[in-house]
This record gives sequence, C-alpha cells and structure tokens, in this order.
Amino acid sequence: MLFFSRRKTLLDQLAQAAPHGRSLWADARARFMRNKAAVVSLVLLLLIGAACIVGPAVLPHSFDSADWDSMSLPPTLKNMHWWGTDESGRDLLVRCLVGGRISLMVGLLATLASVAIGIAWGATAGFIGGKVDAFMMRIVDMMYAIPYLLIAILLVTILGREFYLVVIAITAFSWMDMARVVRGQTLSLRSMEFVEAARSIGVPTRRIIFSHIVPNLLGVVVIYTTVTVPSVILTESVLSFLGLGIQEPMTSWGVLIEDGTSVMEVSPWMLLFPGALLSMTLYCFNFIGDGLRDALDPKER
Amino acid sequence: MAANEKLIEVDDLSVKFATPDGEVTAVNGLSFGLERGQTFGIVGESGSGKSQSMLALMGLLAINGRASGRALFNGEDLLSMPANLLNRIRGNRIAMIFQDPMTSLNPYLTVERQMTEVLELHKGLTRRSALTLAISTLEQVRIPDAARRIRMYPHEFSGGMRQRIMIAMALLCQPDLLIADEPTTALDVTVQAQTMALLRDLQRDFGTAIILITHDLGVVAGLCDQVMVLYGGRIMEQGSAESIFYRPTHPYTLGLLGAVPKLDHEGERLLAIPGVPPNMAHLPAGCPFSERCTFATERCATERPALTPFGPQGDVLRACHREVIEIAREAERVLP
Repeated sequence: MLFFSRRKTLLDQLAQAAPHGRSLWADARARFMRNKAAVVSLVLLLLIGAACIVGPAVLPHSFDSADWDSMSLPPTLKNMHWWGTDESGRDLLVRCLVGGRISLMVGLLATLASVAIGIAWGATAGFIGGKVDAFMMRIVDMMYAIPYLLIAILLVTILGREFYLVVIAITAFSWMDMARVVRGQTLSLRSMEFVEAARSIGVPTRRIIFSHIVPNLLGVVVIYTTVTVPSVILTESVLSFLGLGIQEPMTSWGVLIEDGTSVMEVSPWMLLFPGALLSMTLYCFNFIGDGLRDALDPKER
Repeated sequence: MAANEKLIEVDDLSVKFATPDGEVTAVNGLSFGLERGQTFGIVGESGSGKSQSMLALMGLLAINGRASGRALFNGEDLLSMPANLLNRIRGNRIAMIFQDPMTSLNPYLTVERQMTEVLELHKGLTRRSALTLAISTLEQVRIPDAARRIRMYPHEFSGGMRQRIMIAMALLCQPDLLIADEPTTALDVTVQAQTMALLRDLQRDFGTAIILITHDLGVVAGLCDQVMVLYGGRIMEQGSAESIFYRPTHPYTLGLLGAVPKLDHEGERLLAIPGVPPNMAHLPAGCPFSERCTFATERCATERPALTPFGPQGDVLRACHREVIEIAREAERVLP
C-alpha cells in the first residue's frame, strides 16, 4: 500500500515537471529556420518564383515581340532592356522570366509525379519482398535500358507537342531512381520491430506500407526530390533543344541556355543570365533539401 | 461460457524454419491451455523457442517459418487462419507487447496516431471518440498529463513510459489475451517493478489472460499461475508456479532457480548452468539438456525422456529420466 501511495505522489511530481511538447511541424520549422543557407535559399527561390509569375506582366516588353531597332543589345538602361536583348531584339529579362515559368512548372510537376510513383513502387517492392520485389525491380531495370529519347520522340510525334506530354515523358523516365532508393530504405525498415508491432495489432499490409513505412522515408525522399528537380529541369531543356519540348516563341531556361551557347562569344549575356538563374535555382533546391532533411527527422533534437 | 473452458488451447505446436543448412525445429510439441484471467509463464534461455512459439500464434513468423499443430482461440484455429481473418483478432482479441519499447513504436507517428489506429481498425470508432478512449487508457497506465502528451512522438518519452504506452495500446480493445514477450527486459530494475505491478493491476481490473514470456524467474513468481519451462524448443517441466518454484522436479529448472541473484547472499558466486544454449540445428538425440546437465547419464544422451505427469494430482509435467527424489535432494542443498 505504502509503495502505491508513494508512487502516486512521485508521478504527480513528474507530471508537473513534464516538458511541454511541440508538434513535429512546429519543431521542424524551428530547426529549418536555424539553417541559414536553407532559409536564404528558400527566400531566393520564392523571389525567383514570384518574379516569374509577376514580372512579365509588369515589365514593358513582351516575350515574343521582336524589336528590330535594338537587336543583340548588351545589358543597358536604354528602353529598360536591363538584361539586354537577343538577336531578334526580344527582351532577355522577360524571356528569362517566362522561360522560368515553364521550367519550374515542368520541374515541379514531373518531380511530384515521379516521386509519388517512385515511393509507391519502391515501398511496395521492398516491403513485400521475394518474387514480387524481384519482378518489380526487373521492370525498373528494363525502364533504365529503354532509351528515353526514343520514347519521348515517339510520344511527341504521335500525340503532338503538348506541355503535358513533356511532363509525362520526363516523369516516365525519372521515377526509377526514387523507386530504387525507397526500396533500399524499406528493406531495412521492414525488419524493424515497430512493423512487427503494427502487424500484431492487425494492421493490413497495404496500410503498414503507406501509413507506417512511408512516413519513415520522409528524410531520404526529401533529399532525393531536391536532386530530382534539377535533373528534370535539365531533361526538359534537352528535349526542347531537340525540338521535342517547348517551341518558339515560347521558351524555357533550357532553350535560352542553348540559344546562349551558340552566341556566347558575341553576346555572352545571353548565356550568363539564364545560366545564372538556372544554377541559382538548382543550388536553392539543394540547400532547401538539406535543411528539410535535418528539420524533418524527429529524432534529431 | 463455462468457467473451466479454455480461452486458448494449444495442442502439439511446432515451429520449423527452412534454413540453408536444412530444416531447423525451433519449437517442438508444445501443448498448454489457458483460462480467462489466468497468467501463464513461459521460461527459458535465449533460443529456447519462447518467442517463436508466441509469434507463431500471432501469425508473425518469419517468411521461412512454418507452424504446425493446433491453437484454438475461442474455438478457432489461429494457425490455419488466413491473414485477413487473423487481422481481425490481432490487436482486438489478442494483443502483444514486445521486448523493446524503444523500437516497437513508429518514430515518425505521434502516439495518438498509433493508438487511434488500433481503434479505427477494430472498433470502427471516429478519430475523436478514439482519441478520448486512448487518453483514458493512457491515464490507466499512469501516463501523467495524457491528454497533452498523447500528441507527442515516441522519442519524447522515457523507456518505461514507452513500455506503458505499448501496454496501453495492447489494452485499447480490451483483449481476452495479452502476450507479453519479455516486457521488462529492456527496462531498468525500478521501472521493471512498476511495469509488472501495472500488468498485475490491469489484469485484476480487466480480467485479461496473460502469457508472459521471460527469463526472469522473479517476475514469474510474482505473477503467474502456471509455468512452462522450455529448453531447446521442448517442454522440460510444466506446472503451477508454486510447484515449479518450491518443488522443482527437473534439473534445468533447478539450474535456472540457482542462477537467480539473491540480495541476502552477498559475496556468494551465482550458480551458472555450465555450457552454452544448444545449436538448434544439432540437438542431441536424447534429452536436449543432457549435454549440460549435471545429472545426465548415458541414457539421457540417447533416449528422449517423455513428458510424464507427476505429483499427487498429476498436475506437474516433467521430461526427465532421473527420479524426482534425486532432484529434490539437490534442490534442498542448493536453494535456500
């Protein structure tokens, strides 16, 4: 009896001394905010995004109107061609911002789609294991073996040059890396005791995969997502260069960089500005991914 | 239901694993029954088949494992049940507590999410009513300030609290049977005592039957009605906790009892059982314990002793060739 009453008072004391908890998200935000590089990157990326959305409407030039009086101008204050013009006299700043819309949109859409497919595929294969795993991963290997340009060319030739087709073509060939990484992680998570505990309370397999395994993949998925965005943006520029993606007069960062490289000896600004924008964006994604990974790990306190 | 009707009746349970070195039998011919509200202890060293036999009941064996025999739970055979039916019983009528509370909670989900999931799956409760029930269950296992703490993540709790959360999770659906797989092994001694006291209180309040797997005989003595001593996947001795403790009839039980540390015997060396736990792939032809047994004769190594009843009511089962009186004499010498 004495033991029980003594324990009770001890527990009451403990209760009063108990720390105040914060939610995962509040905590993650606090940790993310402490990461200077990540915060600066996030602000930069938001600025770039906002400029791409608002810029073309505010600036006096349009992205597709040629100005024969001011062809290949270097950056100048005259006529507000701050980033100069291309060989048709189109304002480079506006074209960079309009191109940014396309590049960012393709990057985000294709990345989201391939991340979703990759997680579902990899987690299922890794968790079920055995023959299912072998079969699913051989399909991934087959996908690697298919020359994606060939498929992209076929797709666009048959169905026409549409923005969404570019996204689909890119997605179809960029989910396999994610699937492999996720499968590897799932293999190690599968044997953890909490999975056995979930089974022991009668959670069906599908639910274990999606509500117990997938949250544990958050860190690696975030990191891999931020690596995928740049590669997807680059793939889009390759497709555009081959005439399979975005077509003139519409543009994207990839297209602008290709144009810029052809005239970089006479008009270096045409390579410099879109190149700087693209690499800045890619760096930002990397730093943000780094910050998110550290912030989203609830064990890291 | 009649008072003497068994809640779970296990008959000739065997577990075999297909390994690269051939088939290994981890559990061999286990039979026992358990009534409502009773506590059944399974004792043995590492690798004696304690955990595997329980995992077999829960349908949680590794992919290369096969269980045979019968395990009737409320008249239904758990071993031959398809997974979707088993999922309705697991967590609902039978719950399990695992050895290590540090790893058996999902680190990325709040305690709330993990607890309400059980209720949503089995009771079809809404999130809100599930939450209310979860909080009150946490209070029953003496988690202070449960309403606030339930929103926290597992790493924000101490080991003892996590084990209490596991117990609370297991009790959410008020199961008929609770399987506790070494629930105190990963905890420090004071928390062990608290956890066992908690289990005892909860059993009294809910009338849950408990199967307690442990290698801590002190824990068994305090809680169990019936005890089964396993070695090498076979039953060595089975009977009431009292008879196993005070009148051991098997050399292995005696060895285990001699190895229990006692606070009042300062400075004495603990009695260890010589040798190491057996390699399950190469068990001796006779009694599995014969290689380490101080009583062993030639017959022990070649002829496997059958499990035979003993005692005035025949309520103790023992598998040993030697006479009970020899063991009892040794027990008198060794045990206080």
